[in-house]
This record gives sequence, C-alpha cells and structure tokens, in this order.
Amino acid sequence: MTRTIHTPEEIAAVFTEKFGDAIGEVTIREWAEGLKKTPNRAVWIRMSRDIFHDAVQCLVDIDYPHLGVISGADIGDEIELLYHMWIYFGERGQEIKVTLAVPLQKSDLSIPTISDIIPGAVYSEREKQEMLGIKVAGIPDSRGLFLPPDFPEGVYPWRKDETGIREDMVKNLWAVGRPTDRPAPPVTPKEEKKKEHEAEPAPAGDTPEQSPPAEPETGEVKNDE
Amino acid sequence: MSEDSKNKATFNVPIGPVHPALKEPILFTFKMDGELVEEVDFAPGKCHRGIEWMGMRRNPVQIVHLTDRICGICGVSHSLAFARAVEQIAEIEVPERAHYVRTIIAEYERLQSHLLWAGVAAHELGFDTLFFLAWRVREESMDVIEYLTGNRVNYGIVQVGGVRRDFTEDQFPRIEASLQYYEDIAAKLLKLFLEDKTIQIRCKQCGVMSKREALELCTVGPTARASGVAMDVRSDSPYAAYGDLDIAPVLPHHYLGLTNGDVYDRIVVRLLEVVQSVDLIRQCLANMPPGEVLWEKKYPKILAACKKATGEAVGRVEAPRGECLHYVRMDGNPSPQTWKVKASTYSNQLSWLKMLKGEQIADIPIVVASIDPCMSCTDRVAVVRDDRTDILTKADLHRLSVEKTRRLAQWS
Repeated sequence: MTRTIHTPEEIAAVFTEKFGDAIGEVTIREWAEGLKKTPNRAVWIRMSRDIFHDAVQCLVDIDYPHLGVISGADIGDEIELLYHMWIYFGERGQEIKVTLAVPLQKSDLSIPTISDIIPGAVYSEREKQEMLGIKVAGIPDSRGLFLPPDFPEGVYPWRKDETGIREDMVKNLWAVGRPTDRPAPPVTPKEEKKKEHEAEPAPAGDTPEQSPPAEPETGEVKNDE
Repeated sequence: MSEDSKNKATFNVPIGPVHPALKEPILFTFKMDGELVEEVDFAPGKCHRGIEWMGMRRNPVQIVHLTDRICGICGVSHSLAFARAVEQIAEIEVPERAHYVRTIIAEYERLQSHLLWAGVAAHELGFDTLFFLAWRVREESMDVIEYLTGNRVNYGIVQVGGVRRDFTEDQFPRIEASLQYYEDIAAKLLKLFLEDKTIQIRCKQCGVMSKREALELCTVGPTARASGVAMDVRSDSPYAAYGDLDIAPVLPHHYLGLTNGDVYDRIVVRLLEVVQSVDLIRQCLANMPPGEVLWEKKYPKILAACKKATGEAVGRVEAPRGECLHYVRMDGNPSPQTWKVKASTYSNQLSWLKMLKGEQIADIPIVVASIDPCMSCTDRVAVVRDDRTDILTKADLHRLSVEKTRRLAQWS
C-alpha cells in the first residue's frame, strides 16, 4: 500500500483552499511524551454545516479515516459537534488527528449523516441524537442507544439548558438514608467503656519500669541528628 | 432453494440483557432461519451509569479516580486517557520516569486482560481445562499488579501530572520473575491454543470480518488488527514511553502468513500481544530514567493548575481491547465543560452485525466473545415463535456450543 503522507499544514491547506470562507478557525497542535519526545500531531478545523459532508468526503480522499467518536458540547446558544478522526495509522508515529468541529445553532439542530461515507458512524450519531437532542438528517437507524426506553422525551442528558437532566431526576445516594424496616442485627450492643476502667493503672503499671530506659535513648538519637 | 427451506419461517431470538459474567449487559435480537443467523440487532445501555454527567460536576483530580471505576479490567487505560487529556489542556509536563511507570502498568493490564479473554474463549468452546490453565497463568500478572500498586483492580495509580507510586529498583526482581514466567509458558500457551484441533475447527472461518469492513465500521484494537488493519495507538501516536520502545502492530499474517479475519486470527493477535507485552515491559525496565514521578506533589496545586486551564484536548491510549479516548473541554471552572468517554467496545460492537450473519446459533457465544466485549451476554435466551415462548438459559446455549465441539471432533 502506497500512501503519501502529508503534513498537518498541508492537510489544513487542502481544506482552506477547497472550502474557502466556510472554514473557520484552524489550529495545528503537537504534543510529545517520553524521552524521545515523539510528537502526536493534530489539526482542528472548525467549519460550517453546509460544507461538512463534503469535507468528510475530502478527508476520505486524502486517506480513509478512523472515526474515533463524535463528541458534542453545549456552549450556550450553540451545540458544537466534534468529529474526532485519525488518518495515516499504521505508519509508525505518522498518524495525524483531524478533528472537524461543526457548531449548530440551537434553533436548527440538524446535521447531515456521514454514515453513507463511514458506515460505522451511525453508532455515534445515534448517541448524539439521544444525548444532545440534535437531528441527524438521513440517519439509517434513528433509534436510541444507551438511555432506557422509559426515559422522558425531550430530556437530553448532556444539555446544560432547560432540556438537560432536571433536579428532580437526580437521586443522591447520601439522601437515600438507611432503611428503617429491617430487623435488628443479631448482635448484642457493646457496653460503653467506663472512664475509670481506662484510667486503671493495673496493666500500665509495668510499663513505666520498661519505658524510662527506652525514652532517653530515642531522645539522644534525635539530638545527634 | 428446496421446498423444505421455503416453508421454514424465521423467528426472533432475544439474548440478554443480563448475564452475571458481564460487565456490560446487552440485549441481542437474532432473526434466525433454522440454525442460521439471518439478522442481528443489539441494544446496549442496560447499565448506563451517567458517568460523564457525574464527571461534569467534579474536578479533574476527583474524576481521575472515577475513571478508574469505568471498567474493571482497563482501569489504567481510562485514567491514563483522561489524565493525558487534562495534561494537554493545562500544559502539565509529566516527569519522564512517570511515563515509564505508566507504560509498565498499562502492559501488565494488557497481559491480564488478554489472558482473561483467552480463558473465557476456551470456556465458550467447552475446553475447560484450557480455561483453567489460562486463568491460573493470568494470576501471575494480577499478583504483580497487586505487588506494584496495592490493588488487583482499580489501581488508583495514575494522577494528573504523573503517577502516585514509583516502581523502585528493589521491586524489579519480582517484575523480572513474572516476565520470565510468561516467557517460559508462552510457547505452551501458543501451542495449546493455536495447534489444537478443536479450536481450529471451531474458530477458523468463523465470524469473519474483512479488512474493508473493519475500516468502515471504525473497529479498533485486536479486533481490527485481526482483520489486517495495521492500527495500534501505541505505535501510530506514541504516548507515555511507547515512543522510546521498539513496537509494531501485531498482525495475524506475521504468524500465519495470511490474514483471514476470523475468530482464530483474533486469538492469534491477542496471544502474540501477550508475548509483545513481556518484551515491552523488559524494554521499559532497561531504559527507565531516574527522577520524580509526579509533576507536583501537592494535590491542591495540581487542582489549581487544572482550574485555570482553558481549552480542549483528546487523550487517547491503546487499551487491551483497543483505542480508548477521552475528550475534555475546560473553561476555567473546576469541573470540565464537556467530558466524553469512548471505550474500545463502543467502536467494536457494530462489527457483530457483520460477524454473526450466517453463523450458527451454537457459534454465537464464541463470535460475540471474540471482540472481547467482556463476555458473551447469553444469560437468558427467550425463543419467541408464534405465541409460544421458550426460555433458553445461558447454560443451554453453552451446552449447544459444547455439543457442536464434540460433534465436530467426532467427524474429523
């Protein structure tokens, strides 16, 4: 298999040339760990929804990507979807992370599906629909994924606005308390120790004879230090 | 098509959602044509705990310990992925020695996870002596993990900015002894698993997934590699000490000369990775640099650095089952604005739809187990035909699988 490996800058340039103004902020990042500081390279591209589907196709033309996951962030008026993809895997240390970030206005939360290009994406798209309340247009399977069937409609766990998890849905473990309707444990309650008993010097009487020689010794060691 | 098969009606077989051996309960629905699986569907989420929701109300130093508890097997993978994400946002430089400590414990985790899987796979085939052997062999790595971290599971060793415990020189002999143990037994394990006739007839050409399908379905880890996709985060995007080590993705054709993408290849990849892990740990011990293991000893200072940080990052590691990634976005508050966890099984589950199609009902346990989802989710099977419902138990399904093995063994 021959594939030409481009630099993150070149990949960013491909997108900006092809889509022009529809591309927003582009950042190129590097992070390195270990003694040799082998760099992990990443391109983060923010773009408008209109060109998003074409942009994924454009990435496929560069190298068939591995879609890690789609993550989504509720940032006030917008929900930002981030498609985390990697290309050039299989080449030692050459992999590049390409993240396509698409902001969606909360008034129109729809995004085209990419499952026609990357069939495995449908899994993550289903999750975004139920967790963030977005609408993936053309999704082949729009059922829920993780939430139980009796989960209330119109509640989206990852949203930070009024459609998020309501206060009355949260069960705090500490608030549950201990059950009161259980039989008493078959243990006889301990008798409270009397203070006099503790103060009784009978067993302690032997120790003072032993301890005096020990104490000065440790004291001397400390002084030497 | 004969008259007979035309008259056969397909029927639906739901399997799951709860099984005692399973960390992730899951409900399967199989559309069966006689003994053959025609269509597969599954519904995960039977134990969705809302960990991400909980995390978005906690600070990174707390979350690191929450991530330990996402999975009972890959505790280090999740906490390492999360810590790496936060370190990138807050630009925390992890001491070099900590990278090596992280790598060693991550490889021990892979050892115990793969051997656990190998045992379970043998059990699904009805080869229980091999199951017992694999789990006995696995105990050695559990013992070393306990020796090094103090715990068998939930190690609690990773912290944002490094690790909480150092591995000292006086511990190396115990580590070396375990590596020697695995080296001595590796050839025996490979022979027992790969040259055994029963395993070969049950696993070869069973649950096949092509390289193209593996790519398109976004599979990861040993499942993808067994189909010939050269993909391993440790080698592609080296993190921790992996950049310094000699490592290449393990592919089935290295051992077999060709790639079939079947269950047998998945066994090959995982067993060879056990051998690889031993080698990697040894390389780590030889090159371990001296120094501190935590960026800052005072936790409030780590917390303060996290609170100030703004930005977003992805921490990604190769868990035993494949890529594990955490996306974190911080906006100057104590708790993350967004936190998304992607475990490896999340990516691998869709491949069941391809693998199981056309397989027999008795092959379901081993094919489901072959991606190492934790274990086959075959607690309870209800066969719904017309209005009648017959319940097959996990034991029944297991019996079917064992019977098939016996049958095949007789014929061959």
